[in-house]
Amino acid sequence: MPYDIVVCVKQVPDTANITAQAMKEDGTINRSALPAIFNPEDLHALELGLEIRDRYGGRVTALSMGPPKAAEVLRDCLYRGADRTILLTDRRAAASDTLATSYILSQAIRTIGRYDLVLCGRQAIDGDTAQVGPQCAEKLGIPQITYVEQLIGIDGRTVRVRRNVGRGWEVVEGRLPLLMTVIDTANKPRPPSAKRMMRYKRARAEAELAAQARQSLRDVSAEQRQAELKRQAEALRSQGLLIEQWDLDDIDADLSRCGLAGSPTKVFRVQGIVLTKEGYTQIPPTEEGIRRLIHELVVDRTLG
Amino acid sequence: MIRVNRQGEVWVFAEQEDGSLHDVALELCGKARDLADRLGVKLGVVLAGQGVCRLAGRLISYGADHVYVVEHDRLASYQTGPYARVLCHLIRKYEPQIVLYGATSLGRDLAPRVASEMRAGMTADCTDLEIQDVVDPRTGQLHEKLMLQIRPAFGGNIVATIVNYDQWPQMATVREGVMPLKEPQDGRPGKVIRESVELDETLLALRLIERHVEPRKVNLKAARVIVAGGGGVGSKEDFQLIHELAGAIGGAVGASRAAVDSGFIGKEHQVGQTGTTVRPALYIAAGISGAVQHRAGMEESAKIIAINTDPEAPIFSVAHYGIVGDLKKVIPMMVKAIKEKR
Repeated sequence: MPYDIVVCVKQVPDTANITAQAMKEDGTINRSALPAIFNPEDLHALELGLEIRDRYGGRVTALSMGPPKAAEVLRDCLYRGADRTILLTDRRAAASDTLATSYILSQAIRTIGRYDLVLCGRQAIDGDTAQVGPQCAEKLGIPQITYVEQLIGIDGRTVRVRRNVGRGWEVVEGRLPLLMTVIDTANKPRPPSAKRMMRYKRARAEAELAAQARQSLRDVSAEQRQAELKRQAEALRSQGLLIEQWDLDDIDADLSRCGLAGSPTKVFRVQGIVLTKEGYTQIPPTEEGIRRLIHELVVDRTLG
Repeated sequence: MIRVNRQGEVWVFAEQEDGSLHDVALELCGKARDLADRLGVKLGVVLAGQGVCRLAGRLISYGADHVYVVEHDRLASYQTGPYARVLCHLIRKYEPQIVLYGATSLGRDLAPRVASEMRAGMTADCTDLEIQDVVDPRTGQLHEKLMLQIRPAFGGNIVATIVNYDQWPQMATVREGVMPLKEPQDGRPGKVIRESVELDETLLALRLIERHVEPRKVNLKAARVIVAGGGGVGSKEDFQLIHELAGAIGGAVGASRAAVDSGFIGKEHQVGQTGTTVRPALYIAAGISGAVQHRAGMEESAKIIAINTDPEAPIFSVAHYGIVGDLKKVIPMMVKAIKEKR
């Protein structure tokens, strides 16, 4: 039987490859100097969704919340096989913590309407919190299965998976609908397909068209620009190349639960980790040097 | 969320499995004791499960004033639904100002679910907690004695301090092994409070088919001394040197991710952000360059000796003693010097 699958994906700064250029004088990070990538574990969630669809039929909708630029990861989802993409972008959603983010995503998923499975990567590499998945499940009132490392199968409304519990694993069964968070050992994400890249490389969200128009149509009136934007969006829609774009009104969100206002946790301070070069005792790599070191450790009771 | 309740207790969720307490529960008791004393309130511990009441005494000896015990058939093995219900019920009833969980697989499954239902703040994977007065820079309002929730972010490249002004309780998961385990005090007074929580069957959403958990064979966290090798050791054969030094010194063997990925030693020995976080009395890092992910897991060690051929290796930035040299020569010298001392 076919399944409706929603995969939540996020565009993140590539924190694994932070270079000296990306560090500001005060030790904070210049986000714009970092390449923006598809959050690694979300790729595994997408792959799991595509595998389920390929095996049982159904539809994969990729949902991303972020600035207009986040449409890039949705295009990537199209290249890899997603059936539908939705960009949730709204300035009023900026500075959302995990609670506000999960509220917004859950409202978007409710707006999508039908879903059997919601899939998320376990965590995003910019925050490493692993909270948005479980919080989303709670908001939707559905069970969660965290740290999924293998899909064993789906039989009607019953899904069976293996989850990693740190020092081992367990096999559990749950009834759909439910939310699963996926870890990086679950599968090997398929690469973008060349054929789909040709087909979807022109896919755009309206916010991207608007940004383009601000550059290329600088000299025309606002009304003319709006009309041109509308024309372009319609043209893309008719070719199946429009990345759907929603804002907080489209998902009927309570604004007091979004953005900074809806975020209980606030960043009070951020410090870069500065490598301190002071203060270690050089020990010469000689028998005498090492003997003295061991002696010192015995005297100060570190050893013994 | 609950109201800002400054008389509220500081709480710890006591993770247990098959009737034995997880170390992190005891580590958290020590830290929570400090926070509670600073705030002048009691320390409460939530102990949920089946047949777990006998663990209460141990929690009291580690600092608990109150142990809230909830026993139920449906809590026999962990599942998100019933455990989240227990926490939310008790939080609504007692209005604690702080709730701490271990940042274990279980804690990170449970805590966000509770936070979402309570619509309260939750900070993941803290490495330190402090109490401090904070002025909200946007409103200029002074908030007295808030919990500062300190955690690495951005792949360990920055340290962020998070606060929760008014959507209480202030909740956090705390990384295993970073809070020192305090000495238990036998005969400390404390009260066991039995609570009953309605848990209907629908909360048990999942069916456990099979479970396989490895006993923790390598106990890096309990080791007083750790000798760790990295990619610079060069080969599995040469990694024997690390074992020899650990044997001579009476320590445990640790490793960096590079050593594990190269197959020199098993993953259970890995120290660092994706492995175990340790804070032994002595940490010897041999052939470990000291990537930020590794340093995050060991820099709290009381004494650190770094051995590396590269004088620019970042490991030296956290070391107390640095030996610039070839570990294949240095380690045998160390083994010899230790044997002379014994």
